[in-house]
Amino acid sequence: MLLASVVALILILSTPLHAVSRANARWSPKERELLRSLSIRRLGPLPRDPSNRFADDSMAAGFGHLLFFDTRLSRTGTVSCATCHLADRNFQDGRAVGRGVGDGSRRTMPIAGTSRSAWFFWDGRADSQWEQALGPLENPVEHGGDRTQYALLIAGTYRAKYESIFGRMPSLDGLPAHAGPVVDTLVAAAWMRISAARRDDISRVYANIGKAIAAYERRIDFAPARFDRYVDAELAGDSPSGASVFTPDEETGLRLFIGKASCVNCHNGPTFSDGHFHNTGVAPSTLTTTPDSGRATGVSKALSGEFSCTSRYSDATTEDCAELRFAITEGSELVRAYKPPSLRNVVDRAPYMHAGQLASLPDVLEHYSTAPQAPFGHSELKPLHLSQTERRQIMAFLGTLTSPLSAPPEYLTAPRLRSEKQSQ
Amino acid sequence: MPSTRSPILLAVTLLLAGCMAAAQSPKELDYSRTRSSATGLYRGRIIPDGDSIPTGTLQRWTLHLETAGGAPVDVATVTVDGGMPQHGHGLPTKPQVTRSLGEGNHLVEGMKFNMGGWWVVKFRVSSTAGDDSLIFNLSL
Repeated sequence: MLLASVVALILILSTPLHAVSRANARWSPKERELLRSLSIRRLGPLPRDPSNRFADDSMAAGFGHLLFFDTRLSRTGTVSCATCHLADRNFQDGRAVGRGVGDGSRRTMPIAGTSRSAWFFWDGRADSQWEQALGPLENPVEHGGDRTQYALLIAGTYRAKYESIFGRMPSLDGLPAHAGPVVDTLVAAAWMRISAARRDDISRVYANIGKAIAAYERRIDFAPARFDRYVDAELAGDSPSGASVFTPDEETGLRLFIGKASCVNCHNGPTFSDGHFHNTGVAPSTLTTTPDSGRATGVSKALSGEFSCTSRYSDATTEDCAELRFAITEGSELVRAYKPPSLRNVVDRAPYMHAGQLASLPDVLEHYSTAPQAPFGHSELKPLHLSQTERRQIMAFLGTLTSPLSAPPEYLTAPRLRSEKQSQ
Repeated sequence: MPSTRSPILLAVTLLLAGCMAAAQSPKELDYSRTRSSATGLYRGRIIPDGDSIPTGTLQRWTLHLETAGGAPVDVATVTVDGGMPQHGHGLPTKPQVTRSLGEGNHLVEGMKFNMGGWWVVKFRVSSTAGDDSLIFNLSL
């Protein structure tokens, strides 16, 4: 008996880690399908953006790369898209709320994979990547500038590049240095003194700035993570090896993620986001007094958006704008509902939630475990009562979603700024 | 043709809403794509674009409508509603029947499901044959 126990112990201790991992797998057919649905192999090619006919134009993407990093696209000359969307930090800034020319009221969202979204911003107030890109440029606390200023910058600095992509620039002669439909009343008044036809010309240049930036951002996508290699091996029936091995904690964390913890309800599909809007009872930010009702106001802004899919500046037909046409526009479920961001690279993206209310992943798991009441509206959560061990295991699993980004290498750093003459 | 939220469905969803983690769909559910309406006035068939119904993408369906006697119903007012009874939420979009395709077929646009699990889709049909509801269960 003693000998048998000793032999059994030796066998257990000598079992390779991958064999332990394999033995613990035992995924049911339904679970295997769920794993398959989460794999990056299910991403497919980038969806087309019918509202932006330059979305897949490589010249537009190159131009967008320049614009993304250009601080002249701001009131102060100090803020670019890359100020908050830091390329070496998954295109976010690690701050609870973004800081441009002033302090914002929302957490900076990452960019990778967002071209696969139907809605943009935490509240989905934009319905395309290019409409999203335009929002911060005229926001008084982000870039703080105005569209006439930006059109003049394009005419003075990027004219040849712009015209090679979008066609001839309109005449901007005699325009004031600053004019646009912005919060600054002097700038807004200057805008209204410009004729409607010229305002339309300027707005079209502005829209094209957004379309170029979107063409660039669109090329920043997800790359396979260790999780994807694990799923590859599991679905192929191979023994995990190398990068596809999960520790017991990671594997149990995955089981919790798709099971007891129900994370997969909202964090589903290969981007680990369902792209819709959920009230999860997150407390108001202590950093801002701006009222925030989430999707309830976001959808109204999307419907009336000057640069929406159905706008005069869009290249889409009404038929193409189905997300907007069939959007839910009212109802209590929209109140303080926000879009779940992708969980890919989530461990490197603290703090969490729409205004960075939760500093760390343990705080997030505490939130989901206890499911506090929503300050406004109704939280969808029910308490999960996760043990400390289960929380650690879910966090271990989330770590397997970390990967480098997929993009042309030059797009992951600032462009080498050259004058237009040199770049022709 | 605006969609209206059904008070009955809402009540059912609230009653059934529980811990998402423990939720399992009832085993006896009928998932067939051809169903009779609640009081038997109509028979309806849902015809999605493909064999399987995907999550996360907008879809167009065809709804085939006929009377209990088998006559195609081309002229009808149809609204669409639905949700996940166990999660207590509705559809993520507001789908609509946008036009009749003839021979009892109607185009349904804006269908979308944002997660797997048990979904209910309900068509409220109003025609000269009367008012009734067609309810379909989906397992995604």
